[in-house]
Amino acid sequence: MIAIIDYGMGNLHSVSKAVERLGRQAVVTSSPEEILAADGAILPGVGAFGDAMSNLRETGLDAVTKRYAASGKPLLGICLGMQLLFDESEEHGKHEGLGLLPGRVVRFRGDYKVPHMGWNELTFERESPLFEGLAPGHVYFVHSYHALPERREDLLATTDYHRPVTAIVGRGSLYGMQFHPEKSGDLGMALLRNFVGLVPSGTSETL
Amino acid sequence: MLAKRIIPCLDVKDGRVVKGVNFVNLRDAGDPVELAAIYDREGADELVFLDISASVEGRATMIEVVRRTAGEITIPFTVGGGISSTDDMKRLLRAGADKIGINTAAIRNPDLIADGSRMFGAQCIVVAIDAKYNAEWGEWEVYTHGGRNPTGIKALEWAKEAERRGAGELLLTSMDADGTKDGFDLPLTKAVSSAVGIPVIASGGAGNARHFADAFAEGQADAALAASIFHYKEVTIREVKDALRTEGVNVR
Repeated sequence: MIAIIDYGMGNLHSVSKAVERLGRQAVVTSSPEEILAADGAILPGVGAFGDAMSNLRETGLDAVTKRYAASGKPLLGICLGMQLLFDESEEHGKHEGLGLLPGRVVRFRGDYKVPHMGWNELTFERESPLFEGLAPGHVYFVHSYHALPERREDLLATTDYHRPVTAIVGRGSLYGMQFHPEKSGDLGMALLRNFVGLVPSGTSETL
Repeated sequence: MLAKRIIPCLDVKDGRVVKGVNFVNLRDAGDPVELAAIYDREGADELVFLDISASVEGRATMIEVVRRTAGEITIPFTVGGGISSTDDMKRLLRAGADKIGINTAAIRNPDLIADGSRMFGAQCIVVAIDAKYNAEWGEWEVYTHGGRNPTGIKALEWAKEAERRGAGELLLTSMDADGTKDGFDLPLTKAVSSAVGIPVIASGGAGNARHFADAFAEGQADAALAASIFHYKEVTIREVKDALRTEGVNVR
C-alpha cells in the first residue's frame, strides 16, 4: 500500500490515480497509523510553503512524515512536497521545512518569466534507481521557487531555466521531484513507476 | 530550455463536447474524456476545458468530467467557464483539475484572483482576457461574457493588474482574430507578453502551423491555444510541432 499524505494541500486525486494505473494500491490519507504502516509514501503539494507547513504542523503530520522517513521506507515528495523536505524556504517570509534534506528553497530571480511553467528537459546528474532504463526527456514543471540542496550528491537531476534548476533529489530511500510526474506524460509515468518499484508489495496487498 | 506549449481547447456543455469535432476512430465524438485522451496521445502539452453550461446541473456534471479526465490523461489541464468563487475552484481542483481559468468573475471581483492565488497557489490561477482593438483608444479593450460586453478596461492595464493580484498565467484571446484562421493577433500578444512577467497563452485565429511559429517568435507567447483546427483535423498537433521544430522552436 502506498499512502498519499493528505494535509489539505494539492491535487491528490491525480497522484493516487497515477499510482493505481501503475498497478499499485494507493490510499489518500491523513491518518498517522495508516501512513506509518504504509510500504511507501508520497508527499504531494500545491500551494504556498508556509501554508503547507502550518497544515502539516496543525495535523501533526510533520512529525509523522519525519518518523516515516526515518523508518527507511521509500518516500517521494512531489513539487511543493519536494521543497518541504528541505530546511527552509523564503516563500512569503522565512519558513522552516521538514529538514530531511539540507538546503534552502529560494525564488527565481532574473529578467524572465516566473512561474517556470511548462515542459522542460531533464539532465540526469548521477545514477539512481529512479533512472533505470530511462533516457532523459521533457517533464512538466510549474513553480516560482526552487531548491538549492546543500550536498551535491543529493542532486539527482536538473533542468535549465535561465540557470540550473533542481529537478530530482534523493538520498537513501528519500526522493523528491520538483515537476509533476503524474502530469508529465510517458517519462513522468516511467519515473513514478521506478519509484513505486522501490516500494515492496506489503502484506496489505497480498490478499 | 523550456518548450513552447501547444494547447487544444474543448468547449463542454452539460458534460458533452460541443462544436464540431471530427475524429476518426472515436466511439463518441461528444465525450470530453475520450477526446482529452486522444489529444494527450497526439502530443498536446496541456488541455483547456471551457465549460459553457448554463445550468447548475451542467456545472455539477463538469466535476465528474474533471474527475474522469484526471484519471485518464498524463498532461495538465485547465478548467474555465462560470467559476465565480474560491469554493468553485476548490471543487474543481480537488476533482483533479490543475488550473482554473477565470474571466468575467475576475473583472467583477478582482479579489478573486488574489484569494485563489493565496489559497491554491499562483500556478493554479489563469486569468483569461478577451480583448478587442478599440480604434478610438488606439489600444485593446477587455470584453466579458464570452466577448459580448465591453468593459471600458484597457487590456494591457488589466493584464498587469491580474499579474499584480497573483495570476500565474494569462490566457489572451483576440476577439478580432478569433474565428478568422488568419493567424494569432501578434501585436496584441506581443504587447501583453512583454508587459507582464508571467506566461501568456495566445488564443484566437490559428489557421495553420506557421501561425504558431509566428505567435512564439513575433508574438513572444509562451504557449498557443487552438480549437477548431485541431478538432477538424485541419492540422494535427504533431504536424504543428514538426513545423515548429523545423523553424527552430523548442517543443516537446
